[in-house]
Amino acid sequence: MKSVYLTLVLAPLLGAVIAGLFGKKIGRTLSHSVTILGVAVSCSLSVWVLSQFIADPGKVDNFTIYHWLVSEGIDFQIGFLVDSLTVLMITVVTFVSLMVHIYTIGYMQDDPGYQRFFSYIALFTFSMLMLVMANNFLQLFFGWEAVGLVSYLLIGFWFQRDSAVYANLKAFLVNRVGDFGFLLGIAAIFMFTHSLDYQDVFAQAPQLALETIDIIPGNSWDLMTVICLLLFVGAMGKSAQVPLHVWLPDSMEGPTPISALIHAATMVTAGIFMVARMSPLFEWSETALAVVLMIGTITSISMGLVGIVQTDIKRVVAYSTLSQLGYMTVALGVSAYAVAIFHLMTHAFFKALLFLGAGSVIIAMHHEQDMRKMGGLKKYLPITYWTTFIGSLALIGFPFFSGFFSKDSIIEAVAVSNIWGAEFAYMMVLLGVFVTAFYTFRMFYLVFHGPERMDHHTKAHLHESPLVVTIPLILLAIFSVLAGLVIEPLLFGEYFATAITVKPEHNVLQNLEFHSIIEFVWHGMLQPPFALAMAGWFLAWFLYMKRPEEAERNKQKLSIFYNILAKKYGFDEFNAWVFAGGARGIGQLLWKLGDAKLIDGWIVNGSARLVACFSGLLRHIQTGYLYHYAFAMILGLMFLLLQIWYIAPAP
Amino acid sequence: MSELPLLSLVIWLPIIGGSLVLLTANKGEQWVKWLSLLIAVLTFIASIPLYTEFQIATAGMQFVEHMAWIPTFQVAYYLGVDGISMPLILLTTFMTILVVMAGWEVIQYKNHQYMAAFLIMEGLMVGVFSALDAVLFYVFWEGMLIPMFLIIGIWGGPNRVYATIKFFLYTFLGSVLMLVALIYMYLKANSFAILDFHTLPLSLSEQTFIFLAFLLAFAVKVPMWPVHTWLPDAHVEAPTGGSVILAAIMLKIGGYGFLRFSLPIAPDASNELDWLMITLSLVAVVYIGFVALVQQDMKKLIAYSSIAHMGFVTLGFFLVFAIQDNTGSIQGAALGIQGGMMQMISHGFISGALFLCVGVLYDRVHSRQIQDYGGVANTMPVFAAFMVLFAMSNAGLPGTSGFVGEFMVILSAFQANFWFAFLAASTLILGAAYTLWMVRRVIYGAVANDNVAQLQEVNFRETIILTVLAVMVLLLGLWPAPLIDVMTPSIDLLLEHIAKTKL
Repeated sequence: MKSVYLTLVLAPLLGAVIAGLFGKKIGRTLSHSVTILGVAVSCSLSVWVLSQFIADPGKVDNFTIYHWLVSEGIDFQIGFLVDSLTVLMITVVTFVSLMVHIYTIGYMQDDPGYQRFFSYIALFTFSMLMLVMANNFLQLFFGWEAVGLVSYLLIGFWFQRDSAVYANLKAFLVNRVGDFGFLLGIAAIFMFTHSLDYQDVFAQAPQLALETIDIIPGNSWDLMTVICLLLFVGAMGKSAQVPLHVWLPDSMEGPTPISALIHAATMVTAGIFMVARMSPLFEWSETALAVVLMIGTITSISMGLVGIVQTDIKRVVAYSTLSQLGYMTVALGVSAYAVAIFHLMTHAFFKALLFLGAGSVIIAMHHEQDMRKMGGLKKYLPITYWTTFIGSLALIGFPFFSGFFSKDSIIEAVAVSNIWGAEFAYMMVLLGVFVTAFYTFRMFYLVFHGPERMDHHTKAHLHESPLVVTIPLILLAIFSVLAGLVIEPLLFGEYFATAITVKPEHNVLQNLEFHSIIEFVWHGMLQPPFALAMAGWFLAWFLYMKRPEEAERNKQKLSIFYNILAKKYGFDEFNAWVFAGGARGIGQLLWKLGDAKLIDGWIVNGSARLVACFSGLLRHIQTGYLYHYAFAMILGLMFLLLQIWYIAPAP
Repeated sequence: MSELPLLSLVIWLPIIGGSLVLLTANKGEQWVKWLSLLIAVLTFIASIPLYTEFQIATAGMQFVEHMAWIPTFQVAYYLGVDGISMPLILLTTFMTILVVMAGWEVIQYKNHQYMAAFLIMEGLMVGVFSALDAVLFYVFWEGMLIPMFLIIGIWGGPNRVYATIKFFLYTFLGSVLMLVALIYMYLKANSFAILDFHTLPLSLSEQTFIFLAFLLAFAVKVPMWPVHTWLPDAHVEAPTGGSVILAAIMLKIGGYGFLRFSLPIAPDASNELDWLMITLSLVAVVYIGFVALVQQDMKKLIAYSSIAHMGFVTLGFFLVFAIQDNTGSIQGAALGIQGGMMQMISHGFISGALFLCVGVLYDRVHSRQIQDYGGVANTMPVFAAFMVLFAMSNAGLPGTSGFVGEFMVILSAFQANFWFAFLAASTLILGAAYTLWMVRRVIYGAVANDNVAQLQEVNFRETIILTVLAVMVLLLGLWPAPLIDVMTPSIDLLLEHIAKTKL
């Protein structure tokens, strides 16, 4: 099995290296073939491995690949831990990645950086696999930062654009803030367990839960809470939770295929995956879980609201992603890790679909992303239209679509949870359903229905995208419908039994009743979420199809709220002013005042001046003129004589 | 192992070879270049057995050479290496080849003297790392200043005189007190052997004075805040090769000094004063990180970044006592020292590479100002890829060597105190901010001006240099074990030694 896993991980890397180093020599076709081949190998091996784990979900494969270093007898290694959670992740990652690779052939066909792009996305696939397959914190951190690197490179892919290179720097730095906490969390784990190996650490979790740590002298804090909160800071950066979410909307500067792959389906869910993987730790700290729940709740509702006022098609989907990541985080907060992963999976399919659909629209519109200049695209882009419709239904949680199962499970889980803040979270996630349906269909109607607002030139060239674009859309649409059907084994069966740990008192899933899919759907349709989703859909239809003038009038009437949302609550301004500006201010101060004035001005050059001053004084008595010296001698002689004359006693 | 005096060979080959180069002025430029390269390569080859024949299990000195030199004062020509000094010697011989290649087409003026200065300096620096006699050490230590002084003073920028004087006085002032300390210990031990100093019993006040004397010498070299201000000036004025050697090797001599002298000779004083060392190290990481952020000159930025990175070295070295106080054992301290060592080697490659990158740009545009660039990736894509790689490793990206040392030191620092780790880990943000902000302004964006539009892509020679460095940076990042393994026994021995009080 070891060689299977190694092949699975290294095949995309090989593709990336070949396309990256020799892309110009081997040309476009060979470059995309070699990377697609690599990812296809990974994907098919993943599916094969998944089939084995479906047969035997309790299986755990734990390998060491090599020893990174050994210090004080502690082994820092690179290795794979493959269990049911990992396998699900790698299957989702490699499948979406494969779809995006194929799609890219069409999307990037005119781009001069074609080979570079394929190299990057294949490298991303490798990094993501390293992240999810890690069996230790070191490798987790490696994968964690490596996906961040590729995200940086891809957001700034069109590096001539100032906005793109602004966005990629911002993304990297905000992620680094998260990684800062994450690394401290790893250091805390290392200090108390003397190991970075998952299985070692998890085995020691019960003892760790008894320890305390004095961070502020005299205040003992619960060690597990500290560890989990620090790790969660990392998850907040990667999975874009408030207030570290600011990078994700800007990341839309990157080409659309990577928005789908990295900033919707896979990388941003790494934080969710990580918390689920660390469930043996998080279960020991209710404080940490409550914080997770709160952050997730705030993210899900506040970012959904911002999605309502966006006019850029990609940004609507981006805010939707933020909101859905909030939902997953909420699920983590109520210890429903399996549900979070389930939503992660369904979301990966339908959100990748929506992004790629948006990309297809963008190609047709000649890279116009403003929805106010679209409209009525249904008849020009039938495949894109229908697949996006499926994606939208999945996103709003329409019955039988995959999002319905996963989102309903989250809401149900929150409803029965008794962790601190669960009541508030429940209200908010319900409200979020309404908001989601509203912004989703607002976008849908603005783009595909209503009057055609584009200019004549664009309109004349409108046509459906090529097959390499539409086939991935169709395949993703199929999964967006069907992925929900695995709810029973995933949530109520034994699939995650060994991979995810839930304490009995936190186990919300056992309080949910599940008999069959039909009953689940029937039950769900009688619950408030369904009604709210329908209401949101209706409102969107009413405001953007039936009475478009109402939308504008309400915008005027509610201008205060509109402005708050349009300004995205002012996070960007605050960060630019306080953090970016503040850091530069401190830097200037320390440099000009500390280095230049104090150290160099006073101490270094000051002591030089002191020497110069002193020697300047001394110099005056060494003039080199004979008569000065003679004069001094005479003075001295007279002084001595006088002394002898008057003071000295007579002999 | 054969009886070949390897260390002497590695020291004297470049010194004699360099002197030979001095004599070939009339043979023409080509001759000078190829002869210098040949000597540098031969020296590197001669130093390879130091690694391959190294007995990993041995903690003590290897490849020892001992000869009486000035018998009246028990001064000896006494050489040897352990796991701490051996990697630094290889770093020296390796980087010198690259520096010779870097000066290949760029240095037009007195190029035989330029090459000779680097070769002679190489020998002297290897001498510093391998000397086991205090007088011999001091001779190499001071001797090394002369070629560097000349390199900055002759081939430097417009303000080179100020920079050279500052550099020389700073470092010289630091080392005078060290000489006093060495002589004091000679009088007590009746020997100049450094290993005898290690076992010399000293009272706490004696240790404190000795520690402070060494501190001044080594802190200037590292450099530690607040005696760091010579470095940005020296780097800005130095030619590319000078900056590379300065950053890659010379700074490491300060770090090496702490391990070879301060800690083992004055363990109790180190224990008493570790708060000072840790504070200064953390100030270097945080304060200098902010200062680096606002630099307009690329070389100054990298110089400040070097100071911040060297803060990790000194932090890692002096964590042992704080860990002992906090946890009751020294478990975790070796990680800190290994991390500091790792950081030194890695910083040698990364800072060297970054200075070479700036050199590549400077040779074409004759400016080091960030504002004079923008959109370099448009005209020099291969160069841009290298620069981004080295910038990322400077920002401590896992998978590159820059990560390894920082990671180890942060893990170790956490065991001493949460806040040490907290402040040290701030480099994750600050280091990325200053490095990548520079990359954004220099490499990315639209073509900023005509100079950038006319840039020529890196040539074959430059590509070779940068490729070799890139391979090293990735290799050490992906698999640091071979390097850690050679230093572990010596570091364990050192820890065992300093954990025992001399009082």
